[in-house]
Amino acid sequence: MQLEGNAWKFGDNIDTDVIIPARYLNTSDQAELAKHCMEDADPAFAGQVQPGDIIVGGSNFGCGSSREHAPLAIKGAGVSCVIARNFAHIFYRNAFNIGLPILECPAAVEGIRAGDRVAVDAAAGTIRNLTTGAAFEAKPIPPFMQEIIAAGGLIEHVKRKVRG
Amino acid sequence: MGMTITEKILARAAGRDRVAPGELISARVDAVLGNDITAPLAIREFEKIGVDRVFDPDRVYLVPDHFTPNKDIKSAEQAKEMREFARRQGLTHYFEVGRMGIEHCLLPEQGLVGPGDVVIGADSHTCTYGALGAFATGVGSTDLAAAMALGETWFKVPESVKFVYEGELPEWVGGKDLILYTIGDIGVEGALYQAMEFTGPAIAHLSMDGRFTMANMAIEAGAKNGIIAPDLRTLEYVHGRTRRPFEIFASDPDAAYARTVTYDVSKLEPQVAFPHSPDNTRPVSGAGRVDIDQVVIGSCTNGRMDDLRLAARVLARRQVHPHVRLLVFPGTQEIYRQALDEGLLSIFIQAGAAVSTPTCGPCLGGHMGVLARGERAVATTNRNFVGRMGHPESEVYLTNPAVAAASAVLGRIAHPGEVV
Repeated sequence: MQLEGNAWKFGDNIDTDVIIPARYLNTSDQAELAKHCMEDADPAFAGQVQPGDIIVGGSNFGCGSSREHAPLAIKGAGVSCVIARNFAHIFYRNAFNIGLPILECPAAVEGIRAGDRVAVDAAAGTIRNLTTGAAFEAKPIPPFMQEIIAAGGLIEHVKRKVRG
Repeated sequence: MGMTITEKILARAAGRDRVAPGELISARVDAVLGNDITAPLAIREFEKIGVDRVFDPDRVYLVPDHFTPNKDIKSAEQAKEMREFARRQGLTHYFEVGRMGIEHCLLPEQGLVGPGDVVIGADSHTCTYGALGAFATGVGSTDLAAAMALGETWFKVPESVKFVYEGELPEWVGGKDLILYTIGDIGVEGALYQAMEFTGPAIAHLSMDGRFTMANMAIEAGAKNGIIAPDLRTLEYVHGRTRRPFEIFASDPDAAYARTVTYDVSKLEPQVAFPHSPDNTRPVSGAGRVDIDQVVIGSCTNGRMDDLRLAARVLARRQVHPHVRLLVFPGTQEIYRQALDEGLLSIFIQAGAAVSTPTCGPCLGGHMGVLARGERAVATTNRNFVGRMGHPESEVYLTNPAVAAASAVLGRIAHPGEVV
Protein backbone atom coordinates (compact mmCIF):
# COMPACT_ATOMS: atom_id res chain seq x y z
CA MET A 1 0.00 0.00 0.00
CA GLN A 2 1.71 3.20 -1.22
CA LEU A 3 0.72 6.36 0.62
CA GLU A 4 1.90 9.88 -0.03
CA GLY A 5 1.14 13.28 1.39
CA ASN A 6 2.35 16.29 3.32
CA ALA A 7 3.39 15.93 6.95
CA TRP A 8 1.51 17.50 9.85
CA LYS A 9 3.65 17.50 12.98
CA PHE A 10 2.31 17.15 16.52
CA GLY A 11 4.10 16.72 19.85
CA ASP A 12 4.15 14.02 22.51
CA ASN A 13 1.08 12.65 24.32
CA ILE A 14 -1.52 13.77 21.77
CA ASP A 15 -4.64 12.58 23.58
CA THR A 16 -7.93 11.48 22.11
CA ASP A 17 -9.66 14.51 23.66
CA VAL A 18 -7.70 16.84 21.38
CA ILE A 19 -7.99 14.46 18.41
CA ILE A 20 -11.78 14.59 18.75
CA PRO A 21 -13.20 16.56 21.70
CA ALA A 22 -16.02 14.87 23.61
CA ARG A 23 -18.38 17.70 22.74
CA TYR A 24 -18.63 16.10 19.28
CA LEU A 25 -19.16 12.53 20.46
CA ASN A 26 -22.93 12.70 20.12
CA THR A 27 -22.36 11.26 16.66
CA SER A 28 -20.12 8.55 15.22
CA ASP A 29 -20.47 9.73 11.63
CA GLN A 30 -16.96 9.77 10.21
CA ALA A 31 -17.48 12.82 7.97
CA GLU A 32 -18.99 14.79 10.85
CA LEU A 33 -16.15 13.81 13.21
CA ALA A 34 -13.58 14.73 10.55
CA LYS A 35 -14.75 18.36 10.62
CA HIS A 36 -13.42 18.64 14.17
CA CYS A 37 -10.35 16.43 13.88
CA MET A 38 -7.41 17.73 15.99
CA GLU A 39 -9.48 20.82 16.79
CA ASP A 40 -8.06 21.44 20.27
CA ALA A 41 -4.45 20.85 19.14
CA ASP A 42 -4.58 22.83 15.87
CA PRO A 43 -7.90 24.49 14.97
CA ALA A 44 -6.70 25.03 11.36
CA PHE A 45 -6.00 21.34 10.74
CA ALA A 46 -9.44 20.10 9.71
CA GLY A 47 -9.88 22.93 7.23
CA GLN A 48 -6.48 22.57 5.58
CA VAL A 49 -5.62 18.86 5.63
CA GLN A 50 -5.52 17.30 2.16
CA PRO A 51 -6.38 13.70 1.22
CA GLY A 52 -3.29 11.54 1.67
CA ASP A 53 -1.62 13.82 4.23
CA ILE A 54 0.30 12.16 7.02
CA ILE A 55 0.24 12.91 10.74
CA VAL A 56 3.59 12.68 12.50
CA GLY A 57 3.20 12.59 16.28
CA GLY A 58 5.65 12.11 19.11
CA SER A 59 5.41 9.46 21.77
CA ASN A 60 2.24 8.00 23.33
CA PHE A 61 0.06 9.17 20.43
CA GLY A 62 -3.66 8.65 21.08
CA CYS A 63 -3.46 8.41 24.86
CA GLY A 64 -6.52 8.84 27.05
CA SER A 65 -9.99 7.67 26.21
CA SER A 66 -10.87 4.51 24.24
CA ARG A 67 -13.03 6.44 21.79
CA GLU A 68 -12.71 4.86 18.36
CA HIS A 69 -14.07 8.17 17.12
CA ALA A 70 -10.44 9.39 17.30
CA PRO A 71 -8.95 7.18 14.56
CA LEU A 72 -12.27 7.49 12.67
CA ALA A 73 -11.97 11.29 12.69
CA ILE A 74 -8.38 11.05 11.42
CA LYS A 75 -9.34 8.59 8.70
CA GLY A 76 -12.40 10.65 7.82
CA ALA A 77 -10.21 13.74 7.43
CA GLY A 78 -8.39 11.94 4.62
CA VAL A 79 -5.18 11.29 6.55
CA SER A 80 -3.49 8.27 4.96
CA CYS A 81 -1.18 7.27 7.80
CA VAL A 82 -0.02 8.21 11.30
CA ILE A 83 3.64 7.92 12.22
CA ALA A 84 4.73 8.23 15.86
CA ARG A 85 7.47 7.15 18.22
CA ASN A 86 4.89 4.89 19.83
CA PHE A 87 1.13 4.74 20.39
CA ALA A 88 -1.15 4.41 23.39
CA HIS A 89 -2.34 0.80 23.51
CA ILE A 90 -6.06 1.31 22.90
CA PHE A 91 -5.49 3.72 20.00
CA TYR A 92 -3.05 1.22 18.50
CA ARG A 93 -5.69 -1.53 18.42
CA ASN A 94 -8.42 0.80 17.25
CA ALA A 95 -6.39 2.07 14.31
CA PHE A 96 -5.74 -1.46 12.99
CA ASN A 97 -9.32 -2.49 13.67
CA ILE A 98 -10.76 0.29 11.51
CA GLY A 99 -8.03 0.13 8.84
CA LEU A 100 -6.04 3.29 9.57
CA PRO A 101 -2.35 2.56 8.82
CA ILE A 102 -0.04 3.52 11.69
CA LEU A 103 3.71 3.08 12.00
CA GLU A 104 6.08 3.30 14.96
CA CYS A 105 9.31 4.97 13.86
CA PRO A 106 11.28 7.27 16.19
CA ALA A 107 13.82 8.11 13.47
CA ALA A 108 11.09 9.30 11.09
CA VAL A 109 9.60 11.47 13.84
CA GLU A 110 13.00 13.17 14.14
CA GLY A 111 13.63 13.29 10.40
CA ILE A 112 10.34 14.73 9.15
CA ARG A 113 9.42 18.42 9.46
CA ALA A 114 5.99 19.97 9.13
CA GLY A 115 5.10 20.28 5.46
CA ASP A 116 7.65 17.76 4.17
CA ARG A 117 6.41 15.47 1.41
CA VAL A 118 6.37 11.92 2.74
CA ALA A 119 5.86 8.57 1.03
CA VAL A 120 4.99 5.44 3.00
CA ASP A 121 4.82 1.78 2.11
CA ALA A 122 2.74 0.63 5.05
CA ALA A 123 3.07 -3.10 4.35
CA ALA A 124 6.85 -2.93 4.01
CA GLY A 125 7.15 -0.41 6.84
CA THR A 126 9.29 1.96 4.81
CA ILE A 127 9.02 5.72 5.09
CA ARG A 128 10.69 8.19 2.71
CA ASN A 129 10.98 11.91 3.20
CA LEU A 130 10.72 13.07 -0.40
CA THR A 131 11.68 16.61 0.58
CA THR A 132 15.01 15.65 2.14
CA GLY A 133 15.61 12.27 0.54
CA ALA A 134 15.95 10.52 3.92
CA ALA A 135 14.58 6.98 4.31
CA PHE A 136 13.41 5.25 7.48
CA GLU A 137 12.40 1.73 8.55
CA ALA A 138 9.40 1.48 10.88
CA LYS A 139 9.08 -1.14 13.60
CA PRO A 140 7.66 -4.28 11.91
CA ILE A 141 3.91 -4.78 12.29
CA PRO A 142 3.21 -8.00 14.26
CA PRO A 143 1.93 -10.87 12.06
CA PHE A 144 -1.48 -10.90 13.76
CA MET A 145 -1.99 -7.21 13.02
CA GLN A 146 -0.97 -7.90 9.42
CA GLU A 147 -3.71 -10.54 9.24
CA ILE A 148 -6.23 -7.94 10.38
CA ILE A 149 -4.98 -5.48 7.76
CA ALA A 150 -5.03 -8.16 5.05
CA ALA A 151 -8.61 -9.07 5.95
CA GLY A 152 -9.65 -5.42 5.69
CA GLY A 153 -10.10 -4.71 9.40
CA LEU A 154 -11.12 -6.66 12.48
CA ILE A 155 -14.77 -7.15 11.53
CA GLU A 156 -13.84 -8.79 8.22
CA HIS A 157 -11.34 -10.94 10.12
CA VAL A 158 -14.02 -12.01 12.61
CA LYS A 159 -16.51 -12.70 9.79
CA ARG A 160 -14.09 -15.25 8.35
CA LYS A 161 -13.67 -16.81 11.76
CA VAL A 162 -17.43 -17.04 12.34
CA ARG A 163 -17.99 -18.62 8.93
CA GLY A 164 -15.20 -21.11 9.75
CA MET B 1 10.13 -18.88 36.81
CA GLY B 2 6.84 -17.92 38.42
CA MET B 3 4.08 -15.78 36.97
CA THR B 4 2.49 -12.49 37.95
CA ILE B 5 -1.20 -12.27 38.82
CA THR B 6 -1.85 -10.67 35.42
CA GLU B 7 -0.06 -13.51 33.59
CA LYS B 8 -1.94 -16.17 35.60
CA ILE B 9 -5.34 -14.68 34.85
CA LEU B 10 -4.53 -14.39 31.15
CA ALA B 11 -3.11 -17.92 31.03
CA ARG B 12 -6.30 -19.36 32.46
CA ALA B 13 -8.45 -17.34 30.06
CA ALA B 14 -6.31 -18.56 27.16
CA GLY B 15 -6.66 -22.19 28.35
CA ARG B 16 -2.93 -22.51 28.87
CA ASP B 17 -0.58 -23.40 31.69
CA ARG B 18 1.48 -20.32 31.29
CA VAL B 19 1.94 -17.20 29.20
CA ALA B 20 4.88 -14.85 28.91
CA PRO B 21 5.03 -11.09 28.33
CA GLY B 22 4.97 -10.17 24.65
CA GLU B 23 2.99 -13.25 23.56
CA LEU B 24 -0.18 -12.69 21.56
CA ILE B 25 -2.98 -14.81 22.98
CA SER B 26 -6.62 -15.42 22.28
CA ALA B 27 -8.54 -15.31 25.56
CA ARG B 28 -12.15 -15.85 26.52
CA VAL B 29 -13.77 -12.91 28.26
CA ASP B 30 -15.96 -13.18 31.37
CA ALA B 31 -17.80 -10.00 30.52
CA VAL B 32 -17.81 -7.09 28.08
CA LEU B 33 -19.04 -3.55 28.56
CA GLY B 34 -20.20 -0.62 26.48
CA ASN B 35 -21.73 2.79 27.12
CA ASP B 36 -23.93 5.24 25.23
CA ILE B 37 -20.92 6.76 23.39
CA THR B 38 -19.08 3.58 22.44
CA ALA B 39 -21.83 0.95 22.18
CA PRO B 40 -23.75 2.42 19.22
CA LEU B 41 -20.60 2.17 17.07
CA ALA B 42 -19.99 -1.36 18.40
CA ILE B 43 -23.57 -2.42 17.66
CA ARG B 44 -23.28 -1.28 14.03
CA GLU B 45 -20.03 -3.24 13.66
CA PHE B 46 -21.53 -6.28 15.46
CA GLU B 47 -24.40 -6.33 12.98
CA LYS B 48 -21.95 -6.58 10.07
CA ILE B 49 -20.44 -9.80 11.44
CA GLY B 50 -23.38 -11.97 10.55
CA VAL B 51 -24.22 -13.60 13.89
CA ASP B 52 -27.71 -13.13 15.29
CA ARG B 53 -27.04 -13.19 19.01
CA VAL B 54 -24.36 -11.96 21.38
CA PHE B 55 -22.20 -14.72 22.88
CA ASP B 56 -24.05 -14.58 26.23
CA PRO B 57 -26.85 -12.13 27.09
CA ASP B 58 -25.85 -12.32 30.78
CA ARG B 59 -22.32 -11.13 30.09
CA VAL B 60 -22.80 -8.14 27.81
CA TYR B 61 -23.26 -5.08 30.04
CA LEU B 62 -24.59 -1.85 28.57
CA VAL B 63 -24.73 1.30 30.68
CA PRO B 64 -26.07 4.65 29.47
CA ASP B 65 -23.90 6.95 31.59
CA HIS B 66 -21.94 9.41 29.46
CA PHE B 67 -24.40 11.82 27.83
CA THR B 68 -27.34 10.72 29.95
CA PRO B 69 -29.88 11.78 31.04
CA ASN B 70 -29.86 12.60 27.32
CA LYS B 71 -28.17 15.94 26.82
CA ASP B 72 -29.43 16.62 23.30
CA ILE B 73 -31.29 14.98 20.44
CA LYS B 74 -28.24 13.27 18.95
CA SER B 75 -27.31 11.82 22.34
CA ALA B 76 -30.88 10.65 22.79
CA GLU B 77 -30.65 8.83 19.46
CA GLN B 78 -27.44 7.11 20.53
CA ALA B 79 -28.94 6.07 23.89
CA LYS B 80 -32.02 4.79 22.06
CA GLU B 81 -29.93 2.71 19.67
CA MET B 82 -28.23 1.03 22.63
CA ARG B 83 -31.50 0.50 24.54
CA GLU B 84 -33.19 -1.10 21.52
CA PHE B 85 -30.23 -3.40 20.97
CA ALA B 86 -30.34 -4.46 24.64
CA ARG B 87 -34.05 -5.32 24.31
CA ARG B 88 -33.63 -7.06 20.97
CA GLN B 89 -30.80 -9.20 22.37
CA GLY B 90 -32.55 -9.81 25.70
CA LEU B 91 -29.57 -8.49 27.68
CA THR B 92 -29.92 -9.07 31.42
CA HIS B 93 -27.70 -6.18 32.42
CA TYR B 94 -28.84 -3.04 30.72
CA PHE B 95 -29.21 -0.28 33.31
CA GLU B 96 -31.75 2.43 32.62
CA VAL B 97 -31.45 6.02 33.82
CA GLY B 98 -32.74 6.10 37.40
CA ARG B 99 -31.51 2.55 38.01
CA MET B 100 -27.97 2.95 36.76
CA GLY B 101 -24.63 4.31 37.79
CA ILE B 102 -21.33 5.35 36.31
CA GLU B 103 -20.27 2.05 34.77
CA HIS B 104 -17.05 1.54 36.75
CA CYS B 105 -18.79 2.25 40.06
CA LEU B 106 -21.83 0.20 39.07
CA LEU B 107 -20.40 -3.12 37.85
CA PRO B 108 -18.32 -3.89 40.98
CA GLU B 109 -21.17 -2.75 43.23
CA GLN B 110 -23.61 -5.05 41.45
CA GLY B 111 -21.21 -7.99 41.65
CA LEU B 112 -20.97 -8.20 37.86
CA VAL B 113 -17.18 -8.30 37.88
CA GLY B 114 -15.08 -10.33 40.28
CA PRO B 115 -11.60 -11.60 41.15
CA GLY B 116 -9.87 -13.53 38.37
CA ASP B 117 -12.20 -12.24 35.66
CA VAL B 118 -11.09 -11.10 32.25
CA VAL B 119 -13.17 -8.06 31.31
CA ILE B 120 -12.94 -5.74 28.34
CA GLY B 121 -14.94 -2.57 28.06
CA ALA B 122 -15.26 0.07 25.41
CA ASP B 123 -14.18 2.67 27.91
CA SER B 124 -10.59 3.33 28.90
CA HIS B 125 -11.34 3.28 32.65
CA THR B 126 -12.43 -0.36 32.48
CA CYS B 127 -9.08 -0.97 34.19
CA THR B 128 -10.89 -0.02 37.45
CA TYR B 129 -11.86 -3.66 38.08
CA GLY B 130 -8.22 -4.55 38.61
CA ALA B 131 -8.87 -3.43 42.19
CA LEU B 132 -10.78 -6.72 42.60
CA GLY B 133 -7.91 -8.80 41.28
CA ALA B 134 -9.39 -9.03 37.78
CA PHE B 135 -7.69 -8.41 34.46
CA ALA B 136 -9.67 -5.56 32.97
CA THR B 137 -8.75 -3.25 30.13
CA GLY B 138 -10.27 -0.68 27.83
CA VAL B 139 -10.76 -1.32 24.12
CA GLY B 140 -12.46 0.45 21.24
CA SER B 141 -15.90 -0.16 19.81
CA THR B 142 -14.79 -2.61 17.10
CA ASP B 143 -13.01 -4.81 19.64
CA LEU B 144 -16.17 -4.72 21.73
CA ALA B 145 -18.23 -5.75 18.67
CA ALA B 146 -15.96 -8.72 17.99
CA ALA B 147 -16.02 -9.81 21.63
CA MET B 148 -19.81 -9.50 21.79
CA ALA B 149 -19.95 -11.98 18.91
CA LEU B 150 -17.18 -14.37 19.92
CA GLY B 151 -16.90 -14.17 23.71
CA GLU B 152 -13.18 -13.89 23.23
CA THR B 153 -10.58 -11.37 22.24
CA TRP B 154 -6.84 -11.16 21.68
CA PHE B 155 -4.24 -9.65 23.99
CA LYS B 156 -0.55 -9.05 23.93
CA VAL B 157 0.49 -10.26 27.38
CA PRO B 158 1.86 -7.17 29.16
CA GLU B 159 5.03 -7.04 31.18
CA SER B 160 4.31 -6.20 34.81
CA VAL B 161 5.71 -3.35 36.87
CA LYS B 162 5.50 -3.80 40.62
CA PHE B 163 4.73 -0.78 42.78
CA VAL B 164 5.36 -1.17 46.50
CA TYR B 165 3.83 1.42 48.83
CA GLU B 166 5.57 1.35 52.21
CA GLY B 167 4.43 3.14 55.35
CA GLU B 168 1.17 4.45 56.71
CA LEU B 169 -0.86 7.06 54.85
CA PRO B 170 -1.16 10.45 56.60
CA GLU B 171 -4.55 12.04 57.22
CA TRP B 172 -6.30 13.41 54.09
CA VAL B 173 -4.10 11.26 51.85
CA GLY B 174 -5.70 8.34 50.00
CA GLY B 175 -5.79 6.25 46.85
CA LYS B 176 -6.12 9.30 44.61
CA ASP B 177 -2.93 10.79 46.01
CA LEU B 178 -1.04 7.50 45.67
CA ILE B 179 -1.97 7.14 42.03
CA LEU B 180 -1.42 10.83 41.17
CA TYR B 181 1.97 10.72 42.89
CA THR B 182 2.86 7.55 40.97
CA ILE B 183 1.80 9.01 37.61
CA GLY B 184 3.69 12.21 38.45
CA ASP B 185 6.77 10.11 39.09
CA ILE B 186 6.68 7.76 36.10
CA GLY B 187 4.86 10.00 33.59
CA VAL B 188 1.81 9.49 31.37
CA GLU B 189 3.70 6.92 29.32
CA GLY B 190 5.59 5.51 32.29
CA ALA B 191 3.81 2.15 32.10
CA LEU B 192 2.97 2.07 28.38
CA TYR B 193 1.54 -1.37 27.39
CA GLN B 194 2.43 -2.67 30.89
CA ALA B 195 0.52 -4.01 33.89
CA MET B 196 0.78 -1.90 37.04
CA GLU B 197 0.64 -4.16 40.08
CA PHE B 198 -0.01 -2.23 43.30
CA THR B 199 1.30 -3.85 46.49
CA GLY B 200 2.65 -3.06 49.95
CA PRO B 201 1.40 -2.19 53.43
CA ALA B 202 -0.31 1.05 52.38
CA ILE B 203 -2.37 -0.87 49.81
CA ALA B 204 -3.25 -3.54 52.38
CA HIS B 205 -4.73 -0.77 54.56
CA LEU B 206 -6.47 1.00 51.70
CA SER B 207 -10.27 0.66 51.47
CA MET B 208 -11.79 -0.97 48.39
CA ASP B 209 -12.99 2.47 47.29
CA GLY B 210 -9.41 3.75 47.47
CA ARG B 211 -8.21 0.74 45.52
CA PHE B 212 -10.79 1.32 42.77
CA THR B 213 -9.47 4.88 42.47
CA MET B 214 -5.92 3.62 42.00
CA ALA B 215 -6.69 0.92 39.45
CA ASN B 216 -8.99 3.37 37.64
CA MET B 217 -6.14 5.70 36.77
CA ALA B 218 -3.62 3.07 35.61
CA ILE B 219 -4.57 4.06 32.05
CA GLU B 220 -3.35 7.58 32.84
CA ALA B 221 0.19 6.13 33.00
CA GLY B 222 -0.39 4.35 29.68
CA ALA B 223 -0.87 0.99 31.39
CA LYS B 224 -2.80 -1.89 29.89
CA ASN B 225 -4.20 -2.71 33.32
CA GLY B 226 -3.81 -1.94 36.99
CA ILE B 227 -4.18 -4.77 39.47
CA ILE B 228 -4.26 -5.47 43.21
CA ALA B 229 -4.17 -9.05 44.46
CA PRO B 230 -7.32 -9.96 46.39
CA ASP B 231 -7.09 -10.06 50.20
CA LEU B 232 -9.61 -10.36 53.02
CA ARG B 233 -10.91 -6.87 52.30
CA THR B 234 -11.56 -7.85 48.69
CA LEU B 235 -13.37 -11.01 49.78
CA GLU B 236 -15.52 -9.04 52.21
CA TYR B 237 -16.43 -6.68 49.38
CA VAL B 238 -17.37 -9.37 46.87
CA HIS B 239 -19.17 -11.53 49.44
CA GLY B 240 -22.89 -11.25 48.85
CA ARG B 241 -22.40 -9.27 45.65
CA THR B 242 -20.75 -11.51 43.13
CA ARG B 243 -23.12 -13.49 40.97
CA ARG B 244 -20.60 -15.92 39.52
CA PRO B 245 -17.96 -18.23 40.99
CA PHE B 246 -14.61 -16.50 41.05
CA GLU B 247 -11.00 -17.46 41.40
CA ILE B 248 -8.29 -15.79 43.46
CA PHE B 249 -4.86 -15.34 41.90
CA ALA B 250 -1.66 -13.97 43.37
CA SER B 251 1.78 -13.31 41.93
CA ASP B 252 4.43 -15.95 42.59
CA PRO B 253 7.37 -14.84 44.75
CA ASP B 254 9.71 -15.48 41.80
CA ALA B 255 7.52 -13.79 39.18
CA ALA B 256 9.40 -11.58 36.72
CA TYR B 257 8.83 -7.83 36.67
CA ALA B 258 10.07 -5.27 34.17
CA ARG B 259 10.95 -3.25 37.26
CA THR B 260 9.96 -2.65 40.86
CA VAL B 261 9.28 0.83 42.19
CA THR B 262 9.09 1.46 45.94
CA TYR B 263 7.64 4.53 47.61
CA ASP B 264 7.57 5.51 51.28
CA VAL B 265 4.19 7.18 51.61
CA SER B 266 4.31 8.06 55.31
CA LYS B 267 5.01 11.74 54.55
CA LEU B 268 3.01 11.99 51.32
CA GLU B 269 0.86 15.11 50.96
CA PRO B 270 -2.40 15.36 49.05
CA GLN B 271 -1.48 15.74 45.37
CA VAL B 272 -2.71 18.14 42.70
CA ALA B 273 -2.31 17.42 38.98
CA PHE B 274 -2.00 20.78 37.22
CA PRO B 275 -3.14 21.41 33.65
CA HIS B 276 -2.92 19.82 31.18
CA SER B 277 -1.65 16.39 32.11
CA PRO B 278 -2.26 13.92 34.95
CA ASP B 279 1.50 13.62 35.44
CA ASN B 280 1.92 17.35 36.10
CA THR B 281 1.60 16.79 39.83
CA ARG B 282 2.64 18.82 42.88
CA PRO B 283 1.92 18.45 46.57
CA VAL B 284 -0.98 20.72 47.57
CA SER B 285 1.42 22.84 49.67
CA GLY B 286 3.26 23.69 46.46
CA ALA B 287 0.14 24.66 44.50
CA GLY B 288 0.42 28.39 45.19
CA ARG B 289 -2.64 30.61 44.89
CA VAL B 290 -5.00 29.14 42.30
CA ASP B 291 -8.47 30.73 42.34
CA ILE B 292 -11.21 28.50 40.97
CA ASP B 293 -14.70 28.73 39.46
CA GLN B 294 -16.00 25.19 39.75
CA VAL B 295 -15.47 22.03 41.78
CA VAL B 296 -16.61 18.58 40.63
CA ILE B 297 -16.79 15.76 43.16
CA GLY B 298 -17.69 12.36 41.70
CA SER B 299 -16.88 10.26 38.60
CA CYS B 300 -15.67 6.69 38.10
CA THR B 301 -12.51 7.75 39.91
CA ASN B 302 -13.95 9.30 43.08
CA GLY B 303 -17.73 8.92 43.17
CA ARG B 304 -17.98 6.19 45.82
CA MET B 305 -19.15 6.25 49.47
CA ASP B 306 -15.68 6.85 50.95
CA ASP B 307 -15.25 9.79 48.61
CA LEU B 308 -18.60 11.36 49.49
CA ARG B 309 -18.04 10.82 53.22
CA LEU B 310 -14.67 12.52 52.99
CA ALA B 311 -16.13 15.49 51.11
CA ALA B 312 -19.00 15.75 53.57
CA ARG B 313 -16.59 15.75 56.51
CA VAL B 314 -14.96 18.86 55.04
CA LEU B 315 -18.21 20.54 53.98
CA ALA B 316 -20.29 19.92 57.13
CA ARG B 317 -21.49 23.23 58.62
CA ARG B 318 -19.59 25.16 55.97
CA GLN B 319 -20.53 27.09 52.85
CA VAL B 320 -19.27 26.87 49.30
CA HIS B 321 -17.36 30.06 48.39
CA PRO B 322 -19.64 32.63 46.70
CA HIS B 323 -17.59 32.51 43.47
CA VAL B 324 -17.60 28.72 43.20
CA ARG B 325 -20.09 26.21 41.76
CA LEU B 326 -19.80 22.86 43.54
CA LEU B 327 -21.24 19.87 41.68
CA VAL B 328 -21.53 16.49 43.40
CA PHE B 329 -22.13 13.33 41.37
CA PRO B 330 -22.69 10.12 43.37
CA GLY B 331 -21.37 7.17 41.36
CA THR B 332 -24.51 5.02 41.36
CA GLN B 333 -28.15 5.19 42.37
CA GLU B 334 -27.29 2.91 45.31
CA ILE B 335 -24.51 5.28 46.43
CA TYR B 336 -26.93 8.18 45.98
CA ARG B 337 -29.50 6.47 48.23
CA GLN B 338 -26.92 5.54 50.84
CA ALA B 339 -25.54 9.10 50.86
CA LEU B 340 -29.11 10.27 51.39
CA ASP B 341 -29.61 7.84 54.30
CA GLU B 342 -26.36 8.94 55.92
CA GLY B 343 -27.30 12.62 55.66
CA LEU B 344 -24.46 13.42 53.28
CA LEU B 345 -26.70 14.90 50.59
CA SER B 346 -28.15 17.29 53.18
CA ILE B 347 -24.66 18.45 54.03
CA PHE B 348 -23.88 19.05 50.35
CA ILE B 349 -27.14 20.89 49.69
CA GLN B 350 -26.85 23.02 52.84
CA ALA B 351 -23.31 23.92 51.81
CA GLY B 352 -24.68 25.23 48.51
CA ALA B 353 -23.78 22.35 46.20
CA ALA B 354 -25.71 21.02 43.23
CA VAL B 355 -26.24 17.26 43.65
CA SER B 356 -26.84 15.29 40.46
CA THR B 357 -28.02 11.91 39.33
CA PRO B 358 -25.03 9.73 38.35
CA THR B 359 -23.47 10.70 35.02
CA CYS B 360 -20.02 10.96 33.43
CA GLY B 361 -21.16 14.28 31.89
CA PRO B 362 -18.88 16.89 33.46
CA CYS B 363 -15.72 14.75 33.54
CA LEU B 364 -15.40 14.81 29.75
CA GLY B 365 -16.98 18.17 29.10
CA GLY B 366 -20.15 16.48 27.90
CA HIS B 367 -22.83 18.21 29.94
CA MET B 368 -23.77 19.16 33.51
CA GLY B 369 -20.83 21.43 34.25
CA VAL B 370 -19.05 22.48 31.05
CA LEU B 371 -16.40 25.19 31.59
CA ALA B 372 -16.26 28.56 29.81
CA ARG B 373 -13.10 30.12 28.34
CA GLY B 374 -10.59 30.89 31.06
CA GLU B 375 -12.49 29.07 33.83
CA ARG B 376 -10.71 26.82 36.29
CA ALA B 377 -12.05 23.70 37.98
CA VAL B 378 -10.81 21.45 40.73
CA ALA B 379 -12.09 17.96 39.99
CA THR B 380 -11.85 14.51 41.54
CA THR B 381 -11.98 13.09 38.01
CA ASN B 382 -9.13 11.48 36.07
CA ARG B 383 -8.08 13.69 33.16
CA ASN B 384 -7.12 17.33 32.78
CA PHE B 385 -6.23 17.40 29.08
CA VAL B 386 -6.74 20.55 27.02
CA GLY B 387 -10.49 21.07 26.61
CA ARG B 388 -11.35 18.03 28.72
CA MET B 389 -14.07 19.78 30.72
CA GLY B 390 -15.14 22.34 28.16
CA HIS B 391 -13.48 25.31 26.45
CA PRO B 392 -9.95 24.54 25.22
CA GLU B 393 -8.75 27.54 27.24
CA SER B 394 -10.26 26.26 30.50
CA GLU B 395 -8.22 24.44 33.14
CA VAL B 396 -8.74 21.34 35.28
CA TYR B 397 -6.83 20.50 38.47
CA LEU B 398 -7.16 16.90 39.67
CA THR B 399 -7.30 16.18 43.41
CA ASN B 400 -8.79 13.89 46.01
CA PRO B 401 -12.34 14.62 47.33
CA ALA B 402 -11.15 16.28 50.58
CA VAL B 403 -8.95 18.76 48.72
CA ALA B 404 -11.79 19.38 46.25
CA ALA B 405 -14.24 20.09 49.11
CA ALA B 406 -11.79 22.39 50.92
CA SER B 407 -11.12 24.21 47.65
CA ALA B 408 -14.86 24.69 47.13
CA VAL B 409 -15.10 26.36 50.56
CA LEU B 410 -12.09 28.66 50.15
CA GLY B 411 -12.49 29.42 46.43
CA ARG B 412 -8.91 28.40 45.72
CA ILE B 413 -6.90 25.17 45.80
CA ALA B 414 -6.66 24.36 49.50
CA HIS B 415 -5.52 21.69 51.92
CA PRO B 416 -8.42 20.19 53.91
CA GLY B 417 -6.51 21.06 57.09
CA GLU B 418 -7.10 24.76 56.30
CA VAL B 419 -10.84 24.22 56.62
CA VAL B 420 -11.39 21.45 59.15
